[in-house]
Amino acid sequence: MAATGKKVMVTVRKAPHGSIYVQESIEVMFIFATYDMELSVVFLDDGVLALHPGQDTKGLGIKGFMASLGALVDWEVTKVYVDRQSLKDRNISEDAIITIGRDEETDAPIRPRVLDSAEIAAMMAAQHSIVSF
Amino acid sequence: MLHTVNKSPFQNSSLENCLRVAQPGDVILLLEDGVYAASAGTAKSSLIEQAVKRHTVYAIDADLKARGLANLVKEVRVASYGDFVDLVEQHPVHAWL
Amino acid sequence: MKLSVLVLEGPYNHEASDSAYNFIQAALAKGHTIRGIFFYDDGVYNATRLMDPPQDDRHISKRWSELGATGIDMIVCVAAAKRRGITNEVLVPNIRISGLGQLASLIDEADRLVTFGD
Repeated sequence: MAATGKKVMVTVRKAPHGSIYVQESIEVMFIFATYDMELSVVFLDDGVLALHPGQDTKGLGIKGFMASLGALVDWEVTKVYVDRQSLKDRNISEDAIITIGRDEETDAPIRPRVLDSAEIAAMMAAQHSIVSF
Repeated sequence: MLHTVNKSPFQNSSLENCLRVAQPGDVILLLEDGVYAASAGTAKSSLIEQAVKRHTVYAIDADLKARGLANLVKEVRVASYGDFVDLVEQHPVHAWL
Repeated sequence: MKLSVLVLEGPYNHEASDSAYNFIQAALAKGHTIRGIFFYDDGVYNATRLMDPPQDDRHISKRWSELGATGIDMIVCVAAAKRRGITNEVLVPNIRISGLGQLASLIDEADRLVTFGD
């Protein structure tokens, strides 16, 4: 297995629960984090709905993936970004999106970093590959 | 940067989402139901009419023909799958699924 | 150029599988190398030998199997396959089941990854 630290991005643009894409994208993130690549994750468009607070899938009889999202940082998925405009369009406050872990030293909650679309575009252009969902 | 869009603009907003993020000079490739956006004179034609001012826009020939689309927004370039391969060779690619 | 391809949708229901196949054929015709093709999400259904389409239609899993016979690495994701009942017993020849780590390797060993899905 080659190990060259290439830049690889996972983009999530689908809403959660109505389809499996978000869940299976998280499985990709967890595996990729164990490989020697520079992994980044971007939630945009309906993908930001995966970060909506207060999601509870019990009534659906679906396990859900909120615990996984909450542990992204523990799994070394640390470069996690969210598109500002997509949050605004869906009336989700930047401060209310779910946490993806806690700071090891201060125990402060860590949330995905909010970026403007131009910053996201620049990051995209710098990738070796983008896996999109 | 190459952006591929495979959704009809009448069905969802993938094309609009793509155009919001794409930077001037980026290339847009329409395929599958995405090629409906290339049609001239529709309620959604303005998306591509605006896009061609900032981007080179291609539509896959086989997808256009399959759908009977020939009256296209003037600046749209018709691309073969081989052209698609060339574009991938030239640019990093993001699929707006 | 070395390319890897990711297919995220099943056959017939969606054009993704056809687009991927047509793209790959064009890349091969231009002399490029396909490092591998990875099937994920409902894309794993592309690999079942149980499909039996009408004679005058394309046989999607057979088509993939024939590409695999030329030496292209064809991989179905094990986790996605298990969910959907795709096992070694139902695979067409020349496609194998393996983990998502193989997708990481296909990306690493190619110049580009191209994703087809819905």
